[in-house]
Amino acid sequence: MSSAAISQTRLPAWLMRTLVILFLLGIWEAGSQYGFINAFTAPPPSAIFFAFIRLVEAGDITRALALTFFEAFTAASIGTIVGVAAGYFLHRSKMAGLAYTSWVAAAASAPLVLIYPLFLVIFGRNPATIIAMGALGCMPPIILKAKEGLDGVRPVLLNVGRALNLSARKQFWMIQFPAALPTIFNGIRIGLLFAIINVVGVEFLISLGGLGYMIAYLGDRFDYPAMYAGILFVIFVSVVFFLLTERLEKWLLSSR
Amino acid sequence: MNTVTTNPVLRLSNVAKTFVTPNGSVRALDPVSLDIRQGEFISIIGPSGCGKSTLMNIVGGLLDDYDGEVQVDGVPVRGCHKEIGMVFQEESTFPWRTAIDNVAFPMEATGVPREERLSRAKDLLRLVGLDGFEQRFPSELSGGMRQRIAIARTLAFKPRILLMDEPFAALDEQTRLLLGDKVLQIQQELNQTTMLITHNIAEAVQLSDRVLIMTFRPGRIKQVIDIELPRPRSSKLMGGEKFGHYVAAIWEDLREEATRGLLEMEGARSGS
Repeated sequence: MSSAAISQTRLPAWLMRTLVILFLLGIWEAGSQYGFINAFTAPPPSAIFFAFIRLVEAGDITRALALTFFEAFTAASIGTIVGVAAGYFLHRSKMAGLAYTSWVAAAASAPLVLIYPLFLVIFGRNPATIIAMGALGCMPPIILKAKEGLDGVRPVLLNVGRALNLSARKQFWMIQFPAALPTIFNGIRIGLLFAIINVVGVEFLISLGGLGYMIAYLGDRFDYPAMYAGILFVIFVSVVFFLLTERLEKWLLSSR
Repeated sequence: MNTVTTNPVLRLSNVAKTFVTPNGSVRALDPVSLDIRQGEFISIIGPSGCGKSTLMNIVGGLLDDYDGEVQVDGVPVRGCHKEIGMVFQEESTFPWRTAIDNVAFPMEATGVPREERLSRAKDLLRLVGLDGFEQRFPSELSGGMRQRIAIARTLAFKPRILLMDEPFAALDEQTRLLLGDKVLQIQQELNQTTMLITHNIAEAVQLSDRVLIMTFRPGRIKQVIDIELPRPRSSKLMGGEKFGHYVAAIWEDLREEATRGLLEMEGARSGS
């Protein structure tokens, strides 16, 4: 579609998005009110909304969100430090890069969350397991993007430093790292989302609190409106995170 | 040919280079010997694939593995030398730095205090005609402006010898002419010894004291032409009879090499 066609309708993009969501919610609501959709397993949006209010008023959702946020943030921080260092190593050592990069890529596409029992044995039934799983989950994209960014620095920029006789350290910190930063940051953004997914996933599995556990618990009690409220809230939080980090990235890299 | 009265600031003795590739070795450069005086502007012109960029990378110290010797002030050098600055053909400004921070970069790397480096960078930006653009990022500037930033950045650490590898190749003809004038003006102001790699004949005549014509691979110096046009010069010279005479003389020599290069390149392409 051309941009002219879009501007002719004079509907801003956000409004078009909202309309689609409202339309789908409307079909859902009507469907379960009139019995086309089973209202027990798929409660109508209005019921979900009231359940959400209930969760907020009881304070369940804020507590769960705080814990999940703490776990995901810690996991992503650890994943970033280890992942960028590992990416640097794969970039620096040609042999290691050739040998292991495809493993990391494979790990990035594997459902790592399934090895949680192993972590449960290592770290015990406590938040450390969840944080470790989150950190592990967010590492592959961070490693791959860090390596890609460092590999992809244009040779001419490095030659500028070489012509100035820069020390290896200055060459890295003054040229190579800032040049690779947009790609590295991109990896961290993807990694953060992977961390949230893994953290919520493991919370769901091992009953230690957080949004994932809340969803599992409400489902077990057949409180489906509240369970859906929890699921939609997790989706909402992820989307907000994605958009916020996108903003942050644009702001940080506004000069390029 | 000019006789060198003072000691050369830059001397190449039998500099040669053979690249070893999986398909055998390629002789890129036959032995080249050359003396350049302080303040002299020389251009090296040749067909694509004559090894002129190889020569520049050797002199600039980016290529270590070569035969022969490069001397600065009579002292043999290997690797990058602080008296030699390079301007590259490709866009080489740092996109994460503003214009002034780009120019200040070499001074920042060598620990010049902030105040001093910013004031010097400001002067250099004025020298290349970019005052008022200090706080702009490269992405906000045109290709010609970015190349001027790169030139100013190279001048910032006061190299006595300036190497330029087709610095205007990516620019349009008019920008190229105006930028050539700028480079001439700077070179005359600073009495900068300059070695320019180019494939543009008019540019070589406009700027140089001497034009060195290189043969097609393996490159060697085929002919040296002294350009005896009065200085200070500018692109206004281009209409002159003498200018045209030099261009014709250089093309006369270059034509044969360019033809040979073209045939060989096309042969290689159809053969593969």
